[in-house]
Amino acid sequence: MAECHPVGFQWVMEAKERGAKIIHVDPRFTRTSAVADLHVPLRAGTDIAFLGGIVNYILTNGREFREYVKHYTNAATIVSGEFADTEDLGGLFSGWDPESNSYDIETWQYAGMDVFASGGKREEGAIFGESAHGSQGGKLEHGNPPEMDMDLEHPRCVFQLLKRHFSRYTPEKVEEICGVPKATFLEVAESLCSNSGRERTSAFCYAVGWTQHTVGVQYIRTAAIIQLLLGNIGRPGGGIMALRGHASIQGSTDIPTLYNILPGYIPMPHPHAHQTLDDFLEMNSAETGFWGHMDAYTISLLKAWWGETATADNDWCFDYLPRINGSHSAYQSALDMLDGDLEGYFLLGENPAVGSSNSRLHRLGLANLDWLVVRDLQEIESAAFWREGPEIESGELVTSEIGTEVFFLPAASHVEKDGSFTNTQRLLQWHHKAVEPPGDCRSELWFMYHLGKRIRAKLAGSTEQRDRSILDLTWDYPTEGAHGDPSAEAVLREINGVDLAEDSALSGYTELKNDGSTACGCWIYSGCYADEVNQTARRKPGSEQTWVAPEWAWAWPMNRRIIYNRASADLDGKPWSERKRYVWWDADAGKWTGEDVPDFVADMAPDYVPDEDAEAEQALRGDEPFVMQADGRGWLFVPSGLTDGPFPTHYEPHESPFLNGLYEQQANPGREQFARPENAYNPSADSRDGDPGVFPFVVTSYRLTEHHTAGAMSRTVPHLSELQPEMFCEVSPELAAERGLEHNGWATIVTSRAAIEARVLVTERIKPLAVQGRTVHQVGLPYHWGFRGLSKGDAANDLFSIALDPNVHIQEAKAASCDVVPGRRPRGADLPAFVASYRDRAGSKESP
Amino acid sequence: MSDRGGGEQRMVPKGKPRSYYDQPVVKRPVWTWEIPCYFFVGGMAGASAPLAWAAGATGNERLAKRAWGVGLAGVAVSPVLLISDLGRPERFLNMLRVFKITSPMSVGTWILTANGTLIAPAALAAITRRAPRIFAAAAPLAALAGPGLSTYTAVLVANSAIPVWSEARRTLPFLFAAGSAASAGAAATLLTPAAAAGPARRLAIAGGIAELFAAETMERKLGEAGGPYESGTPGRLAKAAKAMTAVGAATMAIGRRRRGAVRIGAALLLAGAACERWAVYKAGFASAADPAYTVGPQRDRLER
Amino acid sequence: MTAAARHPAPAWPESWGEEAEPRVGFFTDTSVCIGCKACEVACKEWNGVPDESDGLSGNSYDNSLDLGANRWRHVAFVEQRVEVGGVGSSAPDSWVEEASRQQLVEQGLPIHDGADGFRWLMSSDVCKHCTEAGCLDACPTGSIFRTEHGTVVVQEDICNGCGYCVTACPFGVLDRRSDDGRVWKCTLCYDRLQDDMEPACAQACPTDSIQFGELEVLRRRAADRVEHLHERGVASARLYGADDDDGVGGFGAFFLLLDEPETYGLPPDPVVPTRHLPEAFAAAAAASAALLAGVAAAFIGRSAR
Repeated sequence: MAECHPVGFQWVMEAKERGAKIIHVDPRFTRTSAVADLHVPLRAGTDIAFLGGIVNYILTNGREFREYVKHYTNAATIVSGEFADTEDLGGLFSGWDPESNSYDIETWQYAGMDVFASGGKREEGAIFGESAHGSQGGKLEHGNPPEMDMDLEHPRCVFQLLKRHFSRYTPEKVEEICGVPKATFLEVAESLCSNSGRERTSAFCYAVGWTQHTVGVQYIRTAAIIQLLLGNIGRPGGGIMALRGHASIQGSTDIPTLYNILPGYIPMPHPHAHQTLDDFLEMNSAETGFWGHMDAYTISLLKAWWGETATADNDWCFDYLPRINGSHSAYQSALDMLDGDLEGYFLLGENPAVGSSNSRLHRLGLANLDWLVVRDLQEIESAAFWREGPEIESGELVTSEIGTEVFFLPAASHVEKDGSFTNTQRLLQWHHKAVEPPGDCRSELWFMYHLGKRIRAKLAGSTEQRDRSILDLTWDYPTEGAHGDPSAEAVLREINGVDLAEDSALSGYTELKNDGSTACGCWIYSGCYADEVNQTARRKPGSEQTWVAPEWAWAWPMNRRIIYNRASADLDGKPWSERKRYVWWDADAGKWTGEDVPDFVADMAPDYVPDEDAEAEQALRGDEPFVMQADGRGWLFVPSGLTDGPFPTHYEPHESPFLNGLYEQQANPGREQFARPENAYNPSADSRDGDPGVFPFVVTSYRLTEHHTAGAMSRTVPHLSELQPEMFCEVSPELAAERGLEHNGWATIVTSRAAIEARVLVTERIKPLAVQGRTVHQVGLPYHWGFRGLSKGDAANDLFSIALDPNVHIQEAKAASCDVVPGRRPRGADLPAFVASYRDRAGSKESP
Repeated sequence: MSDRGGGEQRMVPKGKPRSYYDQPVVKRPVWTWEIPCYFFVGGMAGASAPLAWAAGATGNERLAKRAWGVGLAGVAVSPVLLISDLGRPERFLNMLRVFKITSPMSVGTWILTANGTLIAPAALAAITRRAPRIFAAAAPLAALAGPGLSTYTAVLVANSAIPVWSEARRTLPFLFAAGSAASAGAAATLLTPAAAAGPARRLAIAGGIAELFAAETMERKLGEAGGPYESGTPGRLAKAAKAMTAVGAATMAIGRRRRGAVRIGAALLLAGAACERWAVYKAGFASAADPAYTVGPQRDRLER
Repeated sequence: MTAAARHPAPAWPESWGEEAEPRVGFFTDTSVCIGCKACEVACKEWNGVPDESDGLSGNSYDNSLDLGANRWRHVAFVEQRVEVGGVGSSAPDSWVEEASRQQLVEQGLPIHDGADGFRWLMSSDVCKHCTEAGCLDACPTGSIFRTEHGTVVVQEDICNGCGYCVTACPFGVLDRRSDDGRVWKCTLCYDRLQDDMEPACAQACPTDSIQFGELEVLRRRAADRVEHLHERGVASARLYGADDDDGVGGFGAFFLLLDEPETYGLPPDPVVPTRHLPEAFAAAAAASAALLAGVAAAFIGRSAR
């Protein structure tokens, strides 16, 4: 965190000064480790084993926060008798279909429940699970699962299933798989347990070291299980904080730039399953919890986009929404480019030629497009691939033969435009334009708005039905300035939502209606412009407000700073302890009150029990805090919403020199693989015809404080480039000795896909680990470098493959295997030949 | 906390002192070749003034004129050298904005200015045999001021954080004074007919011997801090300087009236004195470059 | 240290009279430095300091190497292994170790071997703005002066690049900019002080490792901080430059270090050269006299001829 979020890290240092213990788990010793109380080096890609070991420790030693677990999680829920765990099936769950490479989740459901949409799901493949983003699932009457055992003893209750699932994740196993000494592991587990409960809470912070794996989502899930068991969710000083990777990436999923969701995590409709709006709502809402108002959220969104054209008669223009019939994720798009199935592409502040896994493949893909529009602050590698770069150098791409027409348009920087950032903690923070952008530089808002205007002008008068969705859009923001910049505040207000009749800004999503009287660009953001005030621009200093600081910017939803905060109080609405009071029930006033906006129906008493016909959030009890879940409980076991298992399971990374020490099933069975010559895979330890010994080391990628992502904003700036002027790799003295690497010399790192060169930093901050009875070395690579800029170098991402988490299509850039040899890499045509020789020796997988 | 210098003691504890990746602690000088040349030329000029005055006072006009000439040339060349070394030569006059006793360079600027103001008219008057009153006013003062010019440069060098210079602050002035005497005497000897050059010759020989003593004493007293004089460029220069000075002085002594030998000896003395200034100059760079020279004695001092 | 050997009292605040401000400076607490280098960048951006790179140094994450004309804040990185004593022994030197050890003792868990005494020190170095400043004493043009805030600043419109200050600094802070000819160093953001703003580096530092304020206040805070760290078992914490009796009369920008100064590239016992000036002048006077005597002797006992 100190490396990647130095400014945010000041709060960790503050906590430390107040006595907090900081534990840092990371394959390498970073600037965070330097000030942490304990650094735990582990083998990259084994965090589920580590975290699972903690789950096992909690359950074996009875350290769970019993009352919280019983009532606030689905621990007591009894699961279908058809369910079989990984303990029974050698690492698989029941329902695995090898032909579709996916699970039928019917057997994962709660006992006595019908699974909805299971039929539709099979057609859609993984779409259903991913589009739900795990945020809803299951239809339950009155929020109550049919069968429960509040003593947590029934053999098929979630609690017992959990215990059994993690029963072999012992401290010894953790040591064997992760390379973490038993005593160190026990110190972490015990520290966590002693610092959790009524009086104390512990927090997890993570970033892409957890998400960029083929089991990334399940990493987070394991942490969620730990925090639910310890009663740390919804409580101050607890929780799981996602440290986002750039300034507005949380926003990029909230108001999405993702192909499969609409604003506010409403799923994109599917061509067959969702013929009408009612079908769509039927499939995707829940009867209980706040997803019960999916109709209001969706219809308000449609009103925002199509205004007066959207009426009840035409299903609110639901048919104008495109339908998703397959994966159009960024990686799929790159592969489609390679296959000639994609004609054109827009890259707005994105640099896949350096920043995406298998960046080489991306460069080859870009060379296959008909046209490419790149908007950025600098002429990045993704805009210059046609004349510069390793493939031009090697002759694999020839400039005169590349047919891609590249349009490079200069972009305004964040100080040259108004707008908001949404990043960690769901916080929306406004930023103000300080100077005019130079020359032809323009903001994204200007670009998209004026592009839309021109397209609409070209389509004007068209009689084609398909053009209606563009022509009927509300596209009339007020503009300002010499260049006609759309008012960013006007856009924010539209996102916030308005009462259409009165043209007044709404105060929150509870005001959204399903009758077309409200419009709202993103229901979770509703309230950010309440009272016609740009709430996201508030900057009241911390010293002038409460410790929760609600008047600094605005958090979604409803400026709630900790979500599920009802869980900070017990069943009767009283805080678990005075020391950790956060939100509580004020019986006299008849409402919830406290330090933050309560994440609960304001006047729902703790002892409220819903009627038969209660709906949505009213269908949940007064003591069920997880209001987005159909059963109002935190899910230890996930009956639906995830594609690869209701419980997290330790699987080895897609490329690993080690066999899975717990199961026969080596890696995540549902992971997305795309074996092809440009994306050849190193053989793993379980390979039958390949030789994993050719790539004996674990390789991981990461960031440095001095540079930012793919480098366009840092390797082009002299004052940053001089701080870390060259690409380097970090290796232990032992690995350096074994491979003859010289400190400050050069090394070449090789995988089945590419060979890159880097300077060598020999350091004790990377330790060899003892795993499964032998020593394993890890090679560390910062991923910032590319072939353009003041500071140039080879791209680490050339080495990594495209192998994706099946839930969210995120690449496994944090754990793979490699070889490393001293000296600079071959040049020209010798380079691909060199890599090919490795593939031949290893027997790399080049086809499915 | 008094800083007693090394004496015969080891100044650096056994084992290499800790450092930060062997990075120098103090900065190397920014001075270039002009400065050691100035030390030589200015020093020679400073010693030439009393030599010239004494020669005149004892009726040795032939020696006096030439010695004044050397002084004049020295004070004419010196400012050019110093101004050339500046990072912003066009701003040389800023040296005269202040007089700071804490800055040997400030004091020295004024010393040079004073010497130039005194030696030039005195020398011109002596050489042209004109303006006797100017001569009478300037010459004695020039003679008294001259040694200041020859020795302040040692203070200039010693007033620094560079150990090989700072630790030699009690011996460097004698080294420079001796070298100046040797140079002044040798230069005058080269220019003056042998019959009149006697005092200059004697001064040169005495200066040369004194210089050898001073150099030896300085290096001995430096102890570990004198490491730069034992190897590398400063080491070679120091050795060459001693050799040339010794041979030069000996040749001048033995050669007596033999013009050829005396001239060779004088040339060697000049070269030796110049070389010694260069050795001191280069030693500063070597001393700054190795953090052990700075850290060792300081750590030693703290642990005592 | 006799009074005579001490440097004469600095001109500030007397020279400024009523305009003198309370003395300000930095307290750099390296125990909370996270090595982010925001200080280096903020300083360069504010002061327009040119970039300067010699490529990858191999010195851990330090590619800046040292302070100089083009670097007025420099973050040092030291990877080291410190000997760690057993539980119950006198406090070991390793900060990380000791902190975790304390926790373990509280929990009653056995100590394990994994704690290997490895630590990574980070520290942001800067001009010390010494009470007795060698650079200021040495400057022959009067370019370097002490401001009303007690800080030491080079007036770039006067400096003629003689470079004498460069070797007069016991810390190697100043240097001459080769393409410019003048000497440059940290000004403690003199221009920002005029507008009641704190220096750019202090503002940018996210963990408040760099603290700016009145020197007296900073010193008290620092003393408390060291005491606090010692109580927590960090025996290696010590202040550097907070003692008026040291060789430069105390620093205007002082530090809390976790190891000996030389580990960070700092001189352990710096002394301003001016303290030795009287001896040097005395030797020069004696040498001058000897020179005169020598000249005189050359004329004795012989006729002028």
